[in-house]
Amino acid sequence: MKTRYSFGGDEHIFVEVDEEMSLEAFFKSLSITSAVRESNFDGVTEICPANASMQVKFDPDRIKPNDLLAELKKLEAAAENTEAVLDTRVIEIPVYYNDPWTNETLMRFRERHQDPNATDLEFAARINNFDSVDSFIAAHAGSPWFVSMVGFVAGLPFLYQMVERQRQIEVPKYLSPRTDTPKLTVGYGGCFSCIYSVRGAGGYQMFGITPMPIYDPEQQINYLRDFMIFFEPGDIVKFKPVDRDGYDAALAEVEANRYEPLVRPVRFSLADFNKDADAYNKTLQEALDGN
Amino acid sequence: MAIKVLQPGLATTVQDLGRPGYYHLGIPVSGGMDLYSLQAANALVGNAADAAVLEATFLGPELEFTADAVVAVTGADLPPKVDGDAREGWSSFAVKSGQVLSFEYLKAGARAYIAVSGGIDVPVVLGSRSTYALGALGGFKGRTLQAGDVIDVGGGGQAAAGRSLAAGLRRPIGTPVELRVLEGIYWHRLTEAAGTGFFADTWKVAPEADRIGYRFRGGNKLAFVDREAPFGAGSDPSNIVDGCYPYGSIQVPGGTEPIVLHRDAVSGGGYFMLGTVISADMDLIGQLQPHMETRFVSVDMDQALAARAERNVLIGQMQEALI
Repeated sequence: MKTRYSFGGDEHIFVEVDEEMSLEAFFKSLSITSAVRESNFDGVTEICPANASMQVKFDPDRIKPNDLLAELKKLEAAAENTEAVLDTRVIEIPVYYNDPWTNETLMRFRERHQDPNATDLEFAARINNFDSVDSFIAAHAGSPWFVSMVGFVAGLPFLYQMVERQRQIEVPKYLSPRTDTPKLTVGYGGCFSCIYSVRGAGGYQMFGITPMPIYDPEQQINYLRDFMIFFEPGDIVKFKPVDRDGYDAALAEVEANRYEPLVRPVRFSLADFNKDADAYNKTLQEALDGN
Repeated sequence: MAIKVLQPGLATTVQDLGRPGYYHLGIPVSGGMDLYSLQAANALVGNAADAAVLEATFLGPELEFTADAVVAVTGADLPPKVDGDAREGWSSFAVKSGQVLSFEYLKAGARAYIAVSGGIDVPVVLGSRSTYALGALGGFKGRTLQAGDVIDVGGGGQAAAGRSLAAGLRRPIGTPVELRVLEGIYWHRLTEAAGTGFFADTWKVAPEADRIGYRFRGGNKLAFVDREAPFGAGSDPSNIVDGCYPYGSIQVPGGTEPIVLHRDAVSGGGYFMLGTVISADMDLIGQLQPHMETRFVSVDMDQALAARAERNVLIGQMQEALI
């Protein structure tokens, strides 16, 4: 990992922690992000963490680009020595995999896909060497995910699975983006899963849909009353497969505004996780299960 | 008072100076695409610089006023009319209760700013009245205006009609356009020949040009330096591990068509960026029409900051002239 700095015009500094994705790079970018936030620099207007990079937007009339650059480099040195521990929360997200709505949508855009004769799930299972769609879904839902970035559009989480590199799922994006994606589609591109917060264009493969809204600009949904966006970088997500009945039941709760996401506080330690990922992930599941 | 929307125009939205502070959650700053013109319109009708106005794109709306007001139209050359009689752009004029403000066809530029004394009064969301249509957030019901909408106007506006901004303080829209660019971010992904070609070629604004970003075509395909794809980046040479996108950053998916992100930018994604249009030239992009010829010009940070200072001086002079 070698951190690289570049100016994005006269108002941004782009900090690439690593060219490739890893939990280490994500943690370092999160740690630099926190340090910049705590520093409260006059003239800094946006502080944005991403998967393996981060970005600061500033007003050059208030802070000189080179002065801010020098400050960021100092913070990076300090971030390097920070223990990778995070007080965060683990959230269970129900997913109806292989649902009729994403299936209907993907059939409309087959000519933009690598494999027009297969569904997105069949394609992803095959190129990742799974023997069936079911075993692929079991892997996607089997281990938890870090929210490594929130963005693209309002409230959309990018999720990076908490497994060793050789177990990471990788899929290409559509050859050419779709003009339509159902709201709350669980998607996949590169090594990232995502949940589409709004209906619209998209290039990620589509695997399923969650009944749980994650963005509400009207702030009417009970758990989005305080803030319209559900996720923030550093959240941990565990997908829970549900069938049509489970989906419909959850949706009825959402529509009656009674749905309560299952959320538990956890302290995540990267060192402990790296010792034995599967054992560590079990403790996260236990936190969700209330044990 | 209120304004009744008789015809909405093509894409008319409520905008102010924008909504900074939420880009890390994917909510872009929004606000006027041409902030110089937006501020001039407000100054002409005696509003504070951060009052909300209407931004009309390519085609003007038809608006009926329910009370007397003072109005100014700046930005694109989209000549205003009151009950069919021509009015001057970059000038304040009276609209009486019951009168209709409409527009001639667009003569130059892309976006006109319609300021009304007192300011457009929609709810403030996360500190701003600006519309972010992709997220159905802010503005009038989070969307572009539709026929039948009734928009409130704030009280307290006390401007005089008949004020006008000196010609030297209006922004002419020339062609061909030059956009100044600071190379960087993932510039090193391009071959030397591709980097040279990007600035040498003449590009044209593509029809896909909106508040999210402006796409350009007509230049040569850009070639990339060979690499082994980093884990998580994707196999295309133009892919990166998804990162943040600066406002004004220039991404070139597949190396073919540059896209310059603007005020409703997607906040991040998986395409490399070769550099960023400097802040002083962002207003200019907001006035580009499809098919206009555009060239990109490489500048360094000192030149970018000098251009920014020049723009700040111009804004100061404009505001001074209208006090």
